[in-house]
Amino acid sequence: MAIDIGGTFTDTVLVNNASQVVATAKTPTTPNRPALGAVAGAEHVLQVASAEWHQVTGFIHGTTLATNALIERRGAETATITTHGFRDILEIAYERRHSQYAIDLVKPNLIVPRTHALTIGGRMNANGRELEPLEETGIEPVVDALKSLQVDAVAICLLHAYANPAHECRLRELLTDHLPDLVISLSHEVSPEAREFDRLCTTIANAYVQPLMASYLQDFEARFRQKGLSCPILMMTAGGGMTTLDTATRLPIRLVESGPAGGAVLAARIAEATDETDVLSFDMGGTTAKLCLIDDFRPQTARKFEISRAERFIKGSGMPVRIPVIEMIEIGAGGGSIASVDRLGRIQVGPYSAGSDPGPAAFGKGGDKPTVTDADLTLGLIEPGRFAEGRLRIDPDAAQRALALDIGEPLGLPPDQAAFSVSEIVDESMASAGRMHAVESGKDLGNRLMIAFGGNGPLHATRVARRAQMRRVLIPRDPGVGSAVGFLFAPVSYEVIRSRYARLDSLDIDGLNSFFASMQAEAEQVVRAGAPHGQLQQRRIAYMRYHGQGHEIEIRMPDRALDVSDIPVLEQAFEAEYSRQFSRIVPGMTIEILNWGLSVSSPAPAQGAFSETPPQHAVMSDETRQVLCDVSGEWRPAQVFDRADLTAGATLTGPALIVEAQTTTFVSADFSADVDGQGNIWLTRHKEASR
Amino acid sequence: MIQPDTRLQVMWNRLLAVVEEQGQALIRAAFSPIVRECGDISAGIFDAQGRMLAQAVTGTPGHINTMAEAVKTLRSRFAQSDMKPGDIYLTNDPWIASGHLNDFLLMMPVFYCGTVIGYTACTSHLVDLGGLGMGPEGSDIYDEGLLIPPCKLVSAGTVNALLLEIVKANSREPIANEGDIYALIACCEAGSSRLIQMMQEFGLADLNTLSDYIIETSRRGTLDAIAALPKGTWRHVLTVDGYDQDIGLHAALTIAEDHLLLDFDGTAACVGKGINVPLNYATAYSVFALRCIIGADIPNNAGSLDPFRVTGPKGCILNAQRPAPVAMRHTLGQMTPDLVYGCLSQALPDKVPAEGASCMYDLPLRHAPEAVDRGDDLFALELVFNGGTGARPRLDGLSATAFPSGVWGSQVETTEAVAPILFHRRELRTDSGGAGRFRGGLGQHIELSASQDQDLMLFLSVERIRNPASGRNGGQDGAPGCITVEPGNRTLPGKGEVRIKAGERLIFETPGGGGYGPPSDRADDEVDTDIRSGLITRNAAETQYVRKT
Repeated sequence: MAIDIGGTFTDTVLVNNASQVVATAKTPTTPNRPALGAVAGAEHVLQVASAEWHQVTGFIHGTTLATNALIERRGAETATITTHGFRDILEIAYERRHSQYAIDLVKPNLIVPRTHALTIGGRMNANGRELEPLEETGIEPVVDALKSLQVDAVAICLLHAYANPAHECRLRELLTDHLPDLVISLSHEVSPEAREFDRLCTTIANAYVQPLMASYLQDFEARFRQKGLSCPILMMTAGGGMTTLDTATRLPIRLVESGPAGGAVLAARIAEATDETDVLSFDMGGTTAKLCLIDDFRPQTARKFEISRAERFIKGSGMPVRIPVIEMIEIGAGGGSIASVDRLGRIQVGPYSAGSDPGPAAFGKGGDKPTVTDADLTLGLIEPGRFAEGRLRIDPDAAQRALALDIGEPLGLPPDQAAFSVSEIVDESMASAGRMHAVESGKDLGNRLMIAFGGNGPLHATRVARRAQMRRVLIPRDPGVGSAVGFLFAPVSYEVIRSRYARLDSLDIDGLNSFFASMQAEAEQVVRAGAPHGQLQQRRIAYMRYHGQGHEIEIRMPDRALDVSDIPVLEQAFEAEYSRQFSRIVPGMTIEILNWGLSVSSPAPAQGAFSETPPQHAVMSDETRQVLCDVSGEWRPAQVFDRADLTAGATLTGPALIVEAQTTTFVSADFSADVDGQGNIWLTRHKEASR
Repeated sequence: MIQPDTRLQVMWNRLLAVVEEQGQALIRAAFSPIVRECGDISAGIFDAQGRMLAQAVTGTPGHINTMAEAVKTLRSRFAQSDMKPGDIYLTNDPWIASGHLNDFLLMMPVFYCGTVIGYTACTSHLVDLGGLGMGPEGSDIYDEGLLIPPCKLVSAGTVNALLLEIVKANSREPIANEGDIYALIACCEAGSSRLIQMMQEFGLADLNTLSDYIIETSRRGTLDAIAALPKGTWRHVLTVDGYDQDIGLHAALTIAEDHLLLDFDGTAACVGKGINVPLNYATAYSVFALRCIIGADIPNNAGSLDPFRVTGPKGCILNAQRPAPVAMRHTLGQMTPDLVYGCLSQALPDKVPAEGASCMYDLPLRHAPEAVDRGDDLFALELVFNGGTGARPRLDGLSATAFPSGVWGSQVETTEAVAPILFHRRELRTDSGGAGRFRGGLGQHIELSASQDQDLMLFLSVERIRNPASGRNGGQDGAPGCITVEPGNRTLPGKGEVRIKAGERLIFETPGGGGYGPPSDRADDEVDTDIRSGLITRNAAETQYVRKT
């Protein structure tokens, strides 16, 4: 069983031993006691499958609670302790404005005000050598300050603690003696990477949500145990792996963004099952769209992301968090994204979203702004009677009115053309985001397969794919609950990234080997707690660059201790990857490495056998709807299919709508669709857009 | 059928995305730290007439307008009929490209169906061009290194090997220079291929309709913004530190019905050291400052930039002529926003911030010349720090924040890992923000020394040591910058070369921003918060804000 608690809905999925989905549920999230909604979803799927609690042999949970607590500032009263002389790491940050022309720019709120920024003497250098001992006599004033500030949690980030954590550890002992209830996060445990600002932010975020997450996880476990769940509960992490409740309680920051990570894991799983080595996953929901590059069945990973970006998803307007994550580009484009016209007469879509409450104008819940969903309704792409399984009353006239008022009137367009324009703008921005993401990663979208899911992904997939110059799209089964399905395919894993500056031409092999041994021990201990048996897999990474460059390139290392003969191999691997990304190498330039990564994981559940391609048979439908064709710009009939009726081997041509419980797949006129033996829908673009 | 406007808007959005992609590709591959950390690059797309259609929004505004003009100049030097697919043109002439030799500008004609339908261009900062190196000590442009007049770098896809050899042979960093030039070539080519791809996708034969739409829409939006402004001429004089004596920068800003004219008439003449500013660079920062307040939401292109005109008498320090030395043109160039705001604030008293630290506080540190013989660590660092920005009409200034430049500061841990430097302190400077209804941003207090037994060389070119940031509308001045060496309390001037001996400590205090509005108008609870946060002392609260504490 997998449960993904999102901001609006809680998705629950039950699979059998053959990894087949046997039941799904989408229930409203219960924000005050999220576990209640989770229990409701769990009981629903068990009932559908006629199963009992004791039959559940694996349980995986992901939640946005930590993310939301950070966004909504519902965490603990938190203070920081940094090295004496460096009180303002947070205030000074990178000394930059995230928006070049904004005179009235306000910097991101980084949780801890300067009044709560304390310091203590003692100094390590970059090699981890102690220059000054920890100023133990300084502990009394720090304790007094923590008391008078009535602090619940403290983030400790001392300079170069990633290289030598002794002072941080000692400081925790001293503080615990005085303040046994204080929640303490140490930077070298949360994020052992150089760059004090990022490490401090990550440590603060961890400390800030830790008390809340600890009590939530305790409550969650108690409720499910009471129901009769007997197997261990594993938690989904941002890195796309699972971890134990203990680790989740200690490092709750690793739980943020775990829902979207589940989607990427699902896409990677499907990529492997279908042997597609170059994939872009496209997850479009109600408020945002998320895109992830997946090469050789592995979602692209990163070591940093930002939480609660204040302004329009602009880089640098949020709080950086440096942990291993599946790298996704997220933009403010979802079904609820609001469309408007700016003073130059340009249509803007998002990033503001009507969410699910009040929601799009068509929901009739008080929303009067036109949204992407209103545009899709007006284009004929959503059947009002079948939206959200008919549970929600949809008013297409309200959608048209809102479009006419906010878009049509200022631009002199009738509602359908206003809707068409909104769709063009939002699809273009998603396609651009995908292209940009590929460029930043030194990759190209051209020949990739798009795997689309989420409530609005299948609806917009062909439109976005065409604009991104992609020809093939796959819609998996149960696309509306894709993230939760993905949880079930995640391994138990733990990744450590740690800084240790080195040059490849003067590598201290012995030192590096013992450095990796300690990372391995740390990671294995965490993983063994969740996967006591079986072979563990290991992956070692060096983040390499030419001396003088800022951009690091991820190079896979042998998963064992190094010897001298490995150095030229690493150099060659770096040069090969560098020339792949930049078309050439730079002879004579020194290669340096600041960060090293090691991940340990249990094997992912085995893939079910992939059945042979079934014989194809063309299908037609008696049911049609008028849609405004995105290729010709004319109204024309589209065939309407029920996804459940499409059997393996079915083929059809666009324009067509394939309807299922939680979403609709729109097959544009220049695409055809066929269904494979696993029930995936493959969409293929077969002609150039005639415009 | 759908009205054409939306399609044009979609294509406009695409062009904006393409230039950002070009820019990112360039930054990723760059070797120059200033490019990597500060995004000191530009990338743009132009139509067949050489009108700029889109420009990447990057870290520093030093290329705004500059590139638009540069492409026009290059186009006029080379006949379109002689251009072949795969050609790329190059220059680093400061008066054509971007104000000093380090900035290389490349321009590539884009061919579609056999004709030139437009151009892509990009600019990037190269690490070293020989001469005396990046510092203010040159006496003329010839001291400052290698100048390459407009020429063809790539001919039908083949790189001019001799030209590349000349650039490498004249540099202390030949490998990095070569890498950066290849990154620029790749950037032009990427832009070109994306542009062609877009034309295919949208079935375009040329860019004419699209460029008319972009330029007209942007011009109209900018003119609407100008129409809302009061009309007239406003003058201001800004005194800056100069190389070794104060310099007066003069400006007259005229707001007319359909354009703005900024005239530097009256500004002091060029000086003998490399802080002189070519007009293209002074224009870039001046127009940037104006556009922050007038039509900030309109992207940079030929239409939105056209109504902003900048002029100045030849030979004044903001319109330096050959062969004046210009290597550190950013020192005064970054002061021009405060000059412009001095004028604009008279027209729009409640829209314009107070003066800020403005000029970035770079701290280029190198090993001493004898380090090679002594076996000391060899290194070169380009650290950048910033002071406080001026208080805004409705908000306090930002502490330790770059404005008008968009540079990124460094991190202590990464700096200490790569160079023999030890920081002892890096904190906000209490009481450095100018008092006011809204307080100026605070500067920083930085202390560092060599971490080994070796001397350090420092090349200074900073401002606001003698002339602090003025407050506005009754706000008080920010604290001036202050650079000293301990022990001995040796105070350093803002420009020139300095040796910091092993065991000595450099104390580098960046300026605070000016305040906005009378300090007496500041709310008591805001003063209290500043005291509790340690941003001001009780003493300052009593003397500057006249509060009983």
